[in-house]
Amino acid sequence: MEWASWSAFWAMGGSAFFVWGSYFVTALLIGVELMMVRHRRRDTVRRLIRLRRAAPPRADVRVIEESVQ
Amino acid sequence: MMKEKLSRSTEPKSWLRFSAPQMFYPLAGKMAPWFAAVAAVLGVVGLYIGLFVAPTDFQQGEVYRVIFIHVPAAWMSMFVYLVMAFWSAVGLVMNTRLSFMMAKALAPTGAMFCFVALWTGALWGKPTWGTYWVWDARLTSQLLLMFLYLGFMALTAAIEDPRRSDRAGALIALVGAVNVPIIYFSVSWWNTLHQGASVSLTKAPSMASTMLAGMLLMAFAAWAYTIAVTLWRVRSLILERERHTEWVGHELDAQEGRA
Repeated sequence: MEWASWSAFWAMGGSAFFVWGSYFVTALLIGVELMMVRHRRRDTVRRLIRLRRAAPPRADVRVIEESVQ
Repeated sequence: MMKEKLSRSTEPKSWLRFSAPQMFYPLAGKMAPWFAAVAAVLGVVGLYIGLFVAPTDFQQGEVYRVIFIHVPAAWMSMFVYLVMAFWSAVGLVMNTRLSFMMAKALAPTGAMFCFVALWTGALWGKPTWGTYWVWDARLTSQLLLMFLYLGFMALTAAIEDPRRSDRAGALIALVGAVNVPIIYFSVSWWNTLHQGASVSLTKAPSMASTMLAGMLLMAFAAWAYTIAVTLWRVRSLILERERHTEWVGHELDAQEGRA
């Protein structure tokens, strides 16, 4: 353990702004990215389900698409 | 396309079958949480070593602890771009849809790490160089990488037709990849304010080893994180692209049943 106390840890030898500014923004961006990925997943699934309900795939089209895939 | 499928189906046991979006989709879904877990564990251990075990730097004091984010992020930002270029090349040569989707799924995470490298670099530069920014070769080429990421994302998002979008993006990825070695070697090719490749921050080997351990652990955490997020993201891309197929229909039904 490098630190005499928690307050010494948070002070980072006077460089708190630079060190915690780096760590905080990085953590924030990772959090935001994870939320965006999650949101996109939900959004995609919901939208595609809606699209499918609005225009159910026709059986004949489906057969053609399968053979092309 | 029909031909592609036929030749593929002759070797169904090959790992190449995962180049079919339909096969890769469930695999990605199974793998992503494991990589996320690995990233979390490595990240926690890396942060612990970096913030609590690694000693104060004899020259820079505590501010050097930015390194545990800065260097892994900078490495990742370059590496991810090369991987994007790789998948783009594979996509262009083999005409595999999934390759382009991988390139697209990687871009936002690469951009995120690129921004983190620039941001933490600025915050590290102020106390050590006396300035947040300087137009030296390393910083300028890293900024260019940021614009390449943003350009790739903007361009691929702007083009409606998926095939044209794929190809345009692949072109940016491949041309822009030239910039990556320029970033990497800039510190030795030009006289930069940015220091050269340094893994030995101090003369004392015992100190360097804990610093290095923390940095490498964070780098591996960033790797695992990137893989996890990319796999999650590519799943959405696959659904979107393959939405007219039967199997996506079944997957959507399953998702609907769960909701």
